[in-house]
Parts: sequence; structure tokens; C-alpha cells
Amino acid sequence: MQTLKNNWARFLGEVLILVVLFTLVQYLITTGLLNQYYQINLTSMCINIILAVSLNLINGFTGQLSLGHAGFMALGAYAAVIMTNMMDQPFIVGLLAACLVAGIAGFVIGVPTLRLKGDYLAIATLAFGEIIRVTLQNIDYVNGPAGILGIPKLTTWPWLFGAVIITILVVVNLINSSYGRAIISVREDEIAAELMGINTTKYKVLAFVIGAMFAGLAGALYAHFFYIIKPETFNFLKSFDILVMVVLGGLGSTTGAVIAAVSITVLTAALQSFPAIRMIIYALILIIVMIYRPQGLMGNKELSRQTLGRIWGGRK
Amino acid sequence: MLEFIQQLINGLSLGAIYALIALGYTMVYGIIKLINFAHGDIMMVGAFVGYFSLTLFGTNILVAMLAAMLVCAILGVVIEKVAYRPLRNSTRIAALITAIGVSLFLEYATIFALGPAQKIFPDSAFVVRAYDIAGLSILNKDVFVFVSAVGLMIILQYIIKWTKTGKAMRAVSLDQEAAVLMGISVDNTISITFAIGSALAAAAGVMVGVYYNTVNPLMGIIPGLKAFVAAVLGGIGIIPGAMVGGFVMGLLETMVSGYGNSLYRDAVAFGVLILILLIKPTGIFGKDTGEKV
Repeated sequence: MQTLKNNWARFLGEVLILVVLFTLVQYLITTGLLNQYYQINLTSMCINIILAVSLNLINGFTGQLSLGHAGFMALGAYAAVIMTNMMDQPFIVGLLAACLVAGIAGFVIGVPTLRLKGDYLAIATLAFGEIIRVTLQNIDYVNGPAGILGIPKLTTWPWLFGAVIITILVVVNLINSSYGRAIISVREDEIAAELMGINTTKYKVLAFVIGAMFAGLAGALYAHFFYIIKPETFNFLKSFDILVMVVLGGLGSTTGAVIAAVSITVLTAALQSFPAIRMIIYALILIIVMIYRPQGLMGNKELSRQTLGRIWGGRK
Repeated sequence: MLEFIQQLINGLSLGAIYALIALGYTMVYGIIKLINFAHGDIMMVGAFVGYFSLTLFGTNILVAMLAAMLVCAILGVVIEKVAYRPLRNSTRIAALITAIGVSLFLEYATIFALGPAQKIFPDSAFVVRAYDIAGLSILNKDVFVFVSAVGLMIILQYIIKWTKTGKAMRAVSLDQEAAVLMGISVDNTISITFAIGSALAAAAGVMVGVYYNTVNPLMGIIPGLKAFVAAVLGGIGIIPGAMVGGFVMGLLETMVSGYGNSLYRDAVAFGVLILILLIKPTGIFGKDTGEKV
């Protein structure tokens, strides 16, 4: 009974923190204290969090190296824009269509490719991502390489906040369920998992589809904030960007992914006016972190109230 | 028919370039199981060294190529020592991310130093002539690219098959621990592999300069990816496979641009990759080794 009460108190506390955070930012936006520049970076931050957390489900928890995340993002962006811009549907329909299309693509791509392992899987997903991009470039309905202009700006802070919370909730709860334990067992030792009677293909595809759906969601939010989408935006370098966030944060750590997504967005914004130097610093950070801390910032641990409490109390 | 043979000739020189780059990928993968994403950028550095050797020092094209090969061989060894060696015993993904980091570093350090604009390869370095042979138009630059690439491949085959260094390289890629026990210096062998692979990429870079007439800091990305597809197609880690894969990719690309839609030529390259991965992931020349528990 006592633990149940504690759980409730914790849950209410967490909800309260989120509500305060949400209202505070909403207040800052409506009063105009958070200007256009900060809003752009806030949006990028939220989108990067969704991308990093969802890719972390595939790469970190399931252990399947995917380099095609930008492809799913592109599909989501295009699906949502076709819904809102060309068929005059409300934004929510666009978002759902984005998730659906990216999820279906994740299934179609995942079933054959997830039979491959390690490097080969990485290459195959990279190739699929590029095929999605090149195909979009050749479809006249979406203006080919020029992309779609004049997308209505529908992505607002409530949508972003909601999407981030849903992504994190789904991933965290999935990992803490029996599905999640099966998924982690696939990462730890696929053969042993199979011997224990786990249908490894099923769980790999499941994680891949969920990851792809959230990438699609991120793409839809991206498209409806930045006014323009073109296939070139979603090339494999974008996939690398997301992968970098996941690896810097620590493979298999959701909080790590969030922290890395936030810090990389801040770094990008801070060095906006020196593009070449920014990329050089970015590259050096990658190399140095990999050499001195290959498990990433958080390893596969989570930043929780317990760990915070330990640091606060100064106990080991 | 005549047009087909013409396309074939065009494809051969492009294929030779891809094959040279693919060799570096495959050699590095064969020996340390790392997809060296920076390889295409080493080719870019080679192209720039060639460019400066031609414009600043006014050397002829062969000297430019040798200079590029020398500089890139050193660059390759340095990259391996600084970035890849500390990670030899860590996870594959850490090494892969480092390779991506090195790739970005080379690209943007070049942009920072030389600016993002493309540079025109000097015309005087290589005077293009066309020869009419039996109704076919053969450019001397195609002949130059093809002959020098094949020459380099023959030298590479000689090194790998007939010298002690080559024997050591094959031994290390087969079984690193056993190679150590046989008294082979694994570190040196890996360094030599990087040197040779990077030198081949540099030669390819100068050839790309001659072939397309321009060099720019991001020129390594797409040829790098295509050469990588070529390496996988032939069976990554297998040297003759990379050569065959390179030529197949080159021919395929010119055929697609010649007969179909040139916008699809990149998609075709990746389509080939998907097909080969789904049907025979180990590539044309690869052997299925099975899985050990």
C-alpha cells in the first residue's frame, strides 16, 4: 500500500513538473519573450529529441544498426504535407498519416533487411534511406528535387511538447514491459534469445516499425515548421546526425539521447555563423568522445531521480 | 550496337575509378573490419594535392598523381594511428562513428582552408583529344584513366600475392592472433594497408579530376558511397571482388544514364546494393562462413 502511494505521489510530481515546464514555455512564447530565433531552436530541439529517442530504440535497445532514419523522416514529412497542403485535411490527420506511412515503410523495409546483421544491416538501411530520397526526387507530384514550398506553419509548442512526451512515454514503457525485455535480450545475445523461445525477428521488426513511426512524426513536425521540404534535406548525412546524437548520449539510454539531442542543437545554434568551424568542432567532438568514452555520455544507464539523488547526496 | 560499345568504353574508365576506390574500402574492411567512411574524403584530398601540384608547381599529370599518392598514404597512416588505433578493441559502432567524424573533419577542414567553391582542373595538364576508331570516339583521358588504374591494380596484385608484406596482410586479415604468433607485426601491417589503400584512393582522386575536370571539398561523398557499393557487390574484404564490383558499377551507371533516366542513376546503385544484400550478402565472390555459437 505504501509503495502504491509513493508511486502515485511520484507520478503526480512528474506530471506537475511537465505541466509547469509546458506552461512556462507557452507563457514565454505568448508574451513574446521567446523570440523567433529561440523558437526555431526550441523546435529543432524537440524534433531532434524525437528522432534520437526513436533511433535509440532501434540502435540502442534492439542493437540493430540502422542508418536510414532520415528516409523515414522524409516519408513522414511528405505524407503529412500531402495531407495538409494538398488535400486540406487538419494537422492531426497529417501527423497520423505521417506515422502510418513511415510505419508501413518501416515494416516493408524491416522484414527483409533485419535478417542481415551488423555492418550489412547498416549498409542496407543506408541504401534504403537513399532510395527513398532519390525516389522522392523523381516524383513530379511532390515537385521532385525542388521540393514543396509554402507549407502552412502548423507546428506549435503544444504539438511539439505533446509529440516529445508521447515518444518518450511509448519508448520507456515499451522497454520496461515484457516486450522490452525481449528486445533487450535480442541486443545482448540474439542466438541465446532465440534459444529461449523469443521470436527475434518479430521483436526486431516491432522496434524498427515503432522507431520509423516516430521518425515520420518528427518529419511531419519539421515540415510544418520550416515552410519548405526538399528531398536533399533528408540525405544520409541527416541520418548520421541522428546516429551521432544517439551514440554520444549512450546507446540504450533514453535520457542520454535526450541530453545529447539538446546539447547538439545548442552547439549547432551557437556556432551558426561559422558553418565550417562548426562542422570541424562537431567532427572533433565525435572522434574524441569515441576514443575516450566509446560508450557515450550515459553508457546504457538512465538519469533518474535515484542517480540524481546520489549525486546530490554525494554518496557513491 | 555501336552506341552500346561506346557506352561500354565510357563505363570502363568510370568503373576503373570506382574499382580503385573500392579496393581501399575492401582492404581496410578485410583487415580491421571497419567501414572506413573517410575513404571517399581521402580521395578528395588526393584530388586537391594533384590540383595544387599541377597549378602551383606546374608538374605533369603523372608526377601530380605520384605526389597525391604519397601525401595520402601518409594521411591514411596518420588517420589510422590517431583515430582508429585507440578503438581497435572497442565496439564496431564506435569505430564507425569515428570514421564518420574523420570524414566530416576532412571535408570541412578543406572547406575552411580552401573555401567551398569548386576548382577547375587546369586544361594544360591534360590535353583532351578524341580518336575515331571504327566509328567509335575514344577520348585519350578515358584511355589514360583506364590504363593507369589497371596498372595500379596489377601492382597491387603483385604486392599482395608475391611480397612478404602482402603475405602479412593476408595473414592478418585471416586471423589476427595467429598472425601475431607467427611474428607478424599487426600494427605495421595495418599501417601499410591504410597507406596502400589511401594511395589508390588518391590516384583515383586525380583521375576524377581529369575525368570531370573539377575538384571540390565534397566531391568524395558520392563516389565514395558508390565505390563502397562496389566493394560490397564484389564481396567486402575480397580484393578481386572490389575490382569486378567497381567495373560493374561503372558500366551500370553509364548504361542507366545512357539509355534511361540519369536522375535514377544513384537510385540504381543503391538498388543493386539492396538486391545483393538480400540475395547474397557476402557478395559475388564471398563465401558463406555460417554462424558460430
